[in-house]
Amino acid sequence: MSTIQPIAGELEQHPDVALLERVRGGDVSAYDTLVRKYERQVFRIAQHITQNREDAEDVMQDAFLKAYEKLDQFQGNSKFYTWLVRIAVNESLMRLRKRRTGKMVSIDEDVETEEGSVPRDLADWAPDPEQNYNQAELAEILRKTIQGLPQGFRIVFVLRDVEGLSTEETAETLGLSIPAVKSRLLRARLQLRERLSRYFHRKRGVEK
Amino acid sequence: MKCSEFLARLDDLIDDSVTTEMRAELETHLCRCPNCEVVFNTTRKTIEIYRSHEIYELPQSLQERLHAAIMARCKKGC
Repeated sequence: MSTIQPIAGELEQHPDVALLERVRGGDVSAYDTLVRKYERQVFRIAQHITQNREDAEDVMQDAFLKAYEKLDQFQGNSKFYTWLVRIAVNESLMRLRKRRTGKMVSIDEDVETEEGSVPRDLADWAPDPEQNYNQAELAEILRKTIQGLPQGFRIVFVLRDVEGLSTEETAETLGLSIPAVKSRLLRARLQLRERLSRYFHRKRGVEK
Repeated sequence: MKCSEFLARLDDLIDDSVTTEMRAELETHLCRCPNCEVVFNTTRKTIEIYRSHEIYELPQSLQERLHAAIMARCKKGC
């Protein structure tokens, strides 16, 4: 008995593929859709790396323009988003280099530190610790805390945990091995946990 | 299982990339070790908090301005 077999891969095609085909065919409005879809993520990543609003604005524009110009170089072996993020990360690092003239900036910066790799703060947190702060206070705490991480840990955490890339995609984007991504992710998570503990401890008495 | 062994597998447990047997071993350790339980719960919470809070907001007006600038340059052929 014969059954209708779907063409392999056809059902799993990522929606970006069709948009990219249209862009390649000269349809700029399809690129408009892609930009709208990913501009917030690209801005966030750029801001996390450069830690500077103006730089993040420039990176966001340059990354989308570069991706548009080089679209014929995109092989389609990876997702468009992963490829775009790689461009955004490189543009962000270039901005940093410009800002810190003469100083090398790489994702390997400061990763030799052992700080925070063994948990020290073992007190439990309040049940919903973020409720003890208003939105602006909480955002400030989260910004300050993540900014204190070494660059090489911060980028891995942002791509993997905040933006939801897989370990493999993060490795590919940053040109790191999978074990290197895993090791940095664990240390990033532990360091952030340690640093947030001072704000989120279960406290006695009236809070806030 | 020692705490150091648990810690080495912490990410695998959080990311749910462990075998059933390993999960059972890790969970047994968690039940017996209050310190590792705190580390596990608060690390998971750390990720959750960063995932659910926008710490670098892109205001609508700025987003529209940047979007328009990108598209104008694309239409010009960059």
